[in-house]
Amino acid sequence: MLQEYVDRKYRTDNKPAVEANLIKDKVAIVGIGQTKYTRDSGRDELDLACEAIKNAVDDAGLKISDIDGFDTFILDRLALPMLVNSLGISNIRFSGEVSGGGGAGCAVAMHAAAAVATGQANYVCCYRSLNEASGHRYGRGDDFIEYMPVALTPNYAYSWPLGFVTPLGWAGVWGKRWMYEFDITREQIGWWPVVLREYAQNNPDSMFYGRPMTHQDYMESPMIVDPLKLHDCCLNTDGAAAYIITTVERARDLKQKPAIIAAASESCPVEQEIQTVYQRPIISGLVETWYAGQELYRVAECGPDDIDVAQLYDPYSIGGIIQLEELGFCERGEGGKFIEGGDNIRIDGKIPCNTSGGLLSEAYLHGYNLVIEGVRQIRGTSYNQVKDVELSLVTGGPGVQSSGIILRR
Amino acid sequence: MAIESIKDRAAIVGIGVVDFSTDIGRTEWYTACQAIKLAAEDAGVDIDDIDGMVKSVDDGPDPTYTGKGLGIDNLLYHSENHWGTSAMMNAVHAVAGGLCNYCVYYQTAHRVSGPEKCISDFLVAREFREDSLDMVRYDFFSPFGLIGEPGYVAMMYRRYMHETGIKPQQLGSVPVVASENASKNPNAIFFDKPITIDDYLQSKLIADPIRELDCAPKVDGSIAIVITTPEKARALKQKPAIITSVASGMALEGQLYTSYTRDVITDLPEMENMAKELYRIAGIGPEDIKAAMLDDTFAPYVPMQLEALGFCSQGEGAAFIEGGDSIRVGGQLPINPDGGSIGQGRFVTTRIVEGVRQIRGTSTNQVANADTVLVASGAGGPADGMILRKE
Amino acid sequence: MAELIQGIPIMRPYMDQDNQGYWDAIKNHKLVLQHCSKCDRFIHPPRPMCPSCRSQDTLEWKESSGKGIIYSFIMFTSPKMAYPAFELPYAVVLVEMEEGPRISANTHEIEPDELQIGLPVEATFADLPDGQTVLWFKKREA
Repeated sequence: MLQEYVDRKYRTDNKPAVEANLIKDKVAIVGIGQTKYTRDSGRDELDLACEAIKNAVDDAGLKISDIDGFDTFILDRLALPMLVNSLGISNIRFSGEVSGGGGAGCAVAMHAAAAVATGQANYVCCYRSLNEASGHRYGRGDDFIEYMPVALTPNYAYSWPLGFVTPLGWAGVWGKRWMYEFDITREQIGWWPVVLREYAQNNPDSMFYGRPMTHQDYMESPMIVDPLKLHDCCLNTDGAAAYIITTVERARDLKQKPAIIAAASESCPVEQEIQTVYQRPIISGLVETWYAGQELYRVAECGPDDIDVAQLYDPYSIGGIIQLEELGFCERGEGGKFIEGGDNIRIDGKIPCNTSGGLLSEAYLHGYNLVIEGVRQIRGTSYNQVKDVELSLVTGGPGVQSSGIILRR
Repeated sequence: MAIESIKDRAAIVGIGVVDFSTDIGRTEWYTACQAIKLAAEDAGVDIDDIDGMVKSVDDGPDPTYTGKGLGIDNLLYHSENHWGTSAMMNAVHAVAGGLCNYCVYYQTAHRVSGPEKCISDFLVAREFREDSLDMVRYDFFSPFGLIGEPGYVAMMYRRYMHETGIKPQQLGSVPVVASENASKNPNAIFFDKPITIDDYLQSKLIADPIRELDCAPKVDGSIAIVITTPEKARALKQKPAIITSVASGMALEGQLYTSYTRDVITDLPEMENMAKELYRIAGIGPEDIKAAMLDDTFAPYVPMQLEALGFCSQGEGAAFIEGGDSIRVGGQLPINPDGGSIGQGRFVTTRIVEGVRQIRGTSTNQVANADTVLVASGAGGPADGMILRKE
Repeated sequence: MAELIQGIPIMRPYMDQDNQGYWDAIKNHKLVLQHCSKCDRFIHPPRPMCPSCRSQDTLEWKESSGKGIIYSFIMFTSPKMAYPAFELPYAVVLVEMEEGPRISANTHEIEPDELQIGLPVEATFADLPDGQTVLWFKKREA
């Protein structure tokens, strides 16, 4: 089981040829849009979605009626017909929904890109809208007692009845195993949220703008679910974000410098669960991130040393740090040492990460804000701009079926 | 350059059908794995070579379950999609786009013996899926007792009767012919002998003017389909059914069955939009279609689809189906020779299976020279479909 | 040390044909694991097909020794992320059984400061007031 991962040797013989990949270098993200990220939007998700989509359309220099495709996650409180009716679009030629929650953070882009590359649609809009701070929250323990006297599906039978009910808890198990196997310390882990909070201080759109945090603040913060402390955990956000994908040819006539997709990938390695990935030979690593990353490098024909900036899906700091290992920015087990002090992920470091503040300090738009920041880094318009960005990498959520994307100039 | 079109870029190479039942006696996880195993065997594809999985959101365990159940080391492409057979678009993009080698599309639903809302994944409980569309329904219709799909369809169909003059004995051809076709198909368990128009006219009204026989019954079933490129298809066991086009369509002021705010509520503009794309991509017209697998979840949608898909003009659907001869095998446009959903139960993937069998020449009710067939689903809402052809 | 609060039920597991044998055994104070007789492989969580040989009719239930070691664990300390039926703090352990599979459960008579990866444990069972029986792990001599 998962011999490739255990041996750290990705098979290329059983994959489609790189030349057959229709997405590679042929499609681009041409417009990005978002609403304010707040703790209480005071509006419903449909309203927020329309605003974000309109912003993305304006950013691209398109009209709303140009959109003929949509893609989003399945955990979405909007019904597509209502969105289409609100936007007044008379036909949609492609629509898609991807499962895996945040793991699909880049998968939506991949599916949208495939729709565009095969001529199914011209301009596909990927969107996400939620009121997770003020309204419904995924992943809180006390939701369950009202709604679910029975663990909902067979796989949850082995966790929910134990009071083991939230993604943070489930992830904590593999997080703790990682800390144990590699002697990772609390002090080391803290540098991830600390550096991301620094980035957020330069980003007026982030939810933690104006609220800096020192390493000592981190160390003194309370434990939520051991091994995760308060500042290891992502925000709850009300807001919406959207981006638009089309062909590189069409991109030339539009307003912005296109962020060309060099590669996009998905992964779903065996014994996949929602975080409770405990049956794999190794649980102290993020198997799905490794597979998604390996496929990205295979198709983009590059390696970790070629990546200039990375947005790593960090619903919890440990998830972000282990991805550094799985994506080859440091050796397996070295994530703690790598981020100690924070310099390696700062703006002039080896691999600047989550430069808008990430999911811990910017907002938790289920990875959409990471894709948008990945695009800004290509355009040169980030609040924390890395110099001379050629390749910008973004990942989808860890601990679930995952995804990734590499953008280039 | 990105390719201009997906025409002829994918093929269906394997189908697996677990016997339909009203009490299948196993879990959906079980029958999903079973169907995929059958489909892989039918195709001559090794399960370890499957690297893509797609399905509709509502029906069946998600790819993590099936991937895990089948012991597949990693999936390079996986997706769910909304309604009907829309996930087939994903499968076509995946293989044509060079994103995976062999993609499985599957639908598993035990709507009689299993939970009403089939098992799906991560926190998709009824409460979490209170999307705005359901809220529209609840607010604007439920307080008046207008609940459930037969009711929604009945509201529209009453208007259709008024505008086109269609009579019950005309609509009755749809279930009558379905029952004849179903009698020949062992998997169409709801009719072992045909009914007559008189049987139909005497049958129970459940939401006047909709009768019980107008509605596809609930069933337990599981089907899987293997899709790959035409090039790879050549090395496999079966004659491929080339997907010459795949498309979906939406339209303004559309809902799911309750599109009552349009100027005209008696047509299927989503189907029309989808059909335009299907024919455009394929480079053919309705006159080239030898058999049609239409969405007969509700019988009124059959004459309406004939209109929307260009097989007859607006308002002429009733005349087309009257007596049933035009839609029987041997007629002008055979519809659902396997008995459709009315005969097999509400299970949209059976339309694809019958389309493939017609192309292969292995149907229980074979149309002569069926070299090009159309598959449609999603009548009453966002529509999707394919045109399949012989190689 | 998972102390349950009186009057608040814990969630029931979702039982179906694939896993009923597992839950029935727990009701009878036994721990069984799914086993493929063809591959001699233990499988968890229970499922309808052996992922190695893909057979659907060689799966059986075999009683486990009940012995394992703690492979990982977490402690719920904040009400934000905890389930209301449990007194805080409470632990969930992931135990690697001798047979191979890893099982999550609450603990019985293990203090927070005794919890460590590698601790030898064994299965024990508790009948709850609401009629459920649950699997817990307690310390054992190695």
